[in-house]
This record gives sequence, structure tokens and C-alpha cells, in this order.
Amino acid sequence: MDDRSVLASVVILASGAFIGGAAAYLGSLMLGRRMALVAGPLGHLTLPGVALALTFGFDMSLAAFPFVVLGVLVIWALEARTRLPMESLTALVFATGVAIAFLFLPMEQAETALVGDIARTSIRDGIVSVLVCIGVVVVVRWCYPKLVLINISEDLALSEGIAVRRYNFIYLMLIAIVVALGVKMVGGLLTAALVAIPPAAARNVGRNLHQYAWGATAVGVVAAIVGILLHFALGYPAGPMVVASSAVFFLMTLPLARKA
Amino acid sequence: MMSNDAILEVANLCVSLDGVTLLEDVSFSLASDEAVTILGPNGAGKTVLLRALLGALPYSGKVSWAPGVRFGYVPQRLPYIKDLPVTVADFFALKSTALDEMEVVLAEVGLPAGFSNKRMGELSSGQFQRVLIAWALCSEPAVLLFDEPTTGVDVTGEETIYGLLSRVQRERHLAMLLVTHDLAVVHQLSTRVLCLNRRLVCEGPPIDILTPERLREIYGTEVKYYHHEHGDG
Repeated sequence: MDDRSVLASVVILASGAFIGGAAAYLGSLMLGRRMALVAGPLGHLTLPGVALALTFGFDMSLAAFPFVVLGVLVIWALEARTRLPMESLTALVFATGVAIAFLFLPMEQAETALVGDIARTSIRDGIVSVLVCIGVVVVVRWCYPKLVLINISEDLALSEGIAVRRYNFIYLMLIAIVVALGVKMVGGLLTAALVAIPPAAARNVGRNLHQYAWGATAVGVVAAIVGILLHFALGYPAGPMVVASSAVFFLMTLPLARKA
Repeated sequence: MMSNDAILEVANLCVSLDGVTLLEDVSFSLASDEAVTILGPNGAGKTVLLRALLGALPYSGKVSWAPGVRFGYVPQRLPYIKDLPVTVADFFALKSTALDEMEVVLAEVGLPAGFSNKRMGELSSGQFQRVLIAWALCSEPAVLLFDEPTTGVDVTGEETIYGLLSRVQRERHLAMLLVTHDLAVVHQLSTRVLCLNRRLVCEGPPIDILTPERLREIYGTEVKYYHHEHGDG
């Protein structure tokens, strides 16, 4: 292995670890809101963007982001207008995203779009991903108490003078960024796993909010590193290996699960 | 212009959602030291009124809080809190200044030292209500808003919670705005009653409101209330 490929591997590993950690940290808020599944349809909505990126050869996350933002705005607007349950809107958005993507996604690129291909990450893209992830973690950490309170009760948050709508918007934008980053590592099909599984594992063992949030982040980071190393060693796609590693961590915590 | 001792003034408050009028032309005021109960049948708009006062619902009309007034809110329930491993201390840490006051207010509501390490999801309904009240009491509020504090509490616990509210109000000289169905509580705790059925049906001291005729007017059916004294509060 030459120096450049060693550097490329380190960058891939680092960007995967940061994406896994940032997604899990943000996901620790989504679990409380029972919104982890929303990341799934948003992941699917990235598919048209991913299709464009694969066709024209630019960064998947960059192409995915506007489509996720569009998805967030569509869900927000539809919910306000129709008051349909989130599950209905989720199904609608999911189906539309997949359908549009497969209208013009080259079939030979379908696997990359669906399960990701972090090995395509260039050194520059990897460094940008790490920096964006650091930004996401800083913003989430800054908003965390307020977002937890909003998750628990918007009325209680309002009584404390918290600008609920502003924080909800920041929260949705953070989800959009994390989904756009995650799609590169695990693809459009598996993004929900990045935000859902590590917090679920951490909830089984965390005795308080601090242990839960940082436990989720640790599981996200370690699962990403293990998954990518397995990808290097065995040649299986990195995305499914990361998600499978995460699921193994969850299974390991099951005997310690508490009900309350 | 607010009157001197008013902590809250509400004028011609209307709340409509999706074309349905939930509250119409509600006007009242709340003075400091006053405990006002909002009474009314299910669907009368009691919780809607509290949520409008919090700014959680769009409304027309005027809601004027006295300048700089702090209020504490005790919600009916917090169903989502059990989804997260939130301890009592974590819950207090969500409020910017509350952690410093936590042990003092927990003792004030009758919870023992070391209680802060318990998970919110493990508390009994009585303990849960006390924690919510303690949380609301942090940062020296001038007014407390309660949405049916009795919900989910057994009979013994219910009396103790209201005894607690009565003591807290006396000691801290708070104003209280309280939604409840419990007529005994209305009699014991409140200085004034607002009868709500989408609009203000009547208003006055409990002794004038808790009569069979008035209650029939509020609830649209026969409701009897026999007041009896007991030691709590």
C-alpha cells in the first residue's frame, strides 16, 4: 500500500467515524422524539441527488443535501397543511424519493445509491465531512438541553421562553445535514440505522442523560470504525458492515435493557 | 393599561383552530396572591386557555403579563419523558438556573435528599407531580399555571398535592391559575372561579359558584357538591 492510499484509508476511516458519531449524537435526540424513522424517508429522498452525483461525478453528500432540505420543507409544510400523521407523510415522501431516483438512476449505480460507498470519498471530501461533523456536534451540544426540553414538552419549553419554532428548524436542518453525510457512508436505504441504532443501544445501558448521549456517540464512532475496517479486510460494502456492527452493539446491550 | 396589582390581564381572547372556535371572547385578570380556578366540562377549552397564555396557540385578543413576570407551568403529563433515561437531576439541568435550587425545592415539595438520582420514568404519579411542581418553583416564579394536577394521582396523593399547593401559595405569596375538575379543590384552594364553556359562563368566589344551579349551568347536567372539612392543607 503506498503512502497516498494509506492516507486515503485514514481519511475514509476518520470521516466514517465522525459521520457515525455525529449521526448518533443527533439521533439521541431523535429517539426521544420518536423521529428516528423520519431519517429513513429523508435518506430515500437523497436518492435523486445521489443519482445526479453518480451520473455527473460529484460529491454524493453535496448533491443529496438540497434534496433532503426539500424533503424536510415538504414534510413540514404538509404536516402544517394537512395534519396527517407523520407516518403517512413519511410513506409519501419515501415512495416519491425512490420513484424519482429510479426514473434516471443508472442501474449499474443502484447499489452505490442504496447502500453507499464510502471508498469513493476523496481526501478533500473526507476532510470537509470531518469539519462539517465537528460543526454539527458543536451546534447539537449547544442546543441539547433546549431540544431535550422541546422533545419532552413543547409547552414546558415555551413556558421557559424557548423559541420552539426556531430550535425545531435548527433541529430539522441538522437532520438534513447528517442524512446527507450519512448517505455517502451507508446509502439511501440505511441512513435511519445511523441515527436509530446507537441511541437505542445507549438507552439500554445509560443511567442518565449524559451517559446516554455520549454512549450513543461512542457506539456510533466505534461501529463506523469496525464496519469500515471489516470492509477493508473482507471487501463487503462498508455501509451494511457499519449498520451490522451497530446492530451487534445493540444486541450486546440487550441483557442490560431497562424498561423505564 | 394593567391595573396595579394585576399580574395577568386577558381581554377578548379568541382561539380558533382549523375553523373551529375553541375559545370566544374570554376576559379576566389575575392579581398577585390570587388563586383562580378554571372550571368547566371536558372540551370547554380549559387547557386551550392555558396553552394560549403560554403562547403555544395562536389567538386574537390581548394577553398582557406584568412586565418581567416569571411563571412556572405544571403540565398534565409528560408522556415522552419516559423515552429517554432522564434522571430528576437531568430534568432540572434542562432549566438554566434550576440545578442550584434543586435540592431546596425538592425538599420544599417533600421529596427526600438523594432523590435527584432517580429516573423520571421510575417515579410514582404522586412523586412525578411533586417533581413537576418543584421544577416550576425554580427561578422564583410570580405565578404558577397548573393543568389538572390531580391526573393519575390516587386519592391520598391527591389530597397531599393540594395541601402542598396551598402551603406553597401561602409561603411564597404566589398567584395561581389552576385547571381542575375537582370541586373540593376548587373550594379549598381558590379565591375565585372562572366557569368556562368555550366562553366565560360565570365568575365569582367558590361559595357563589359551587351551587347546584350554577353547576348545572356549567356542566349542562345535575352535579352535586357537598363540602366537608378535612385536615389536609
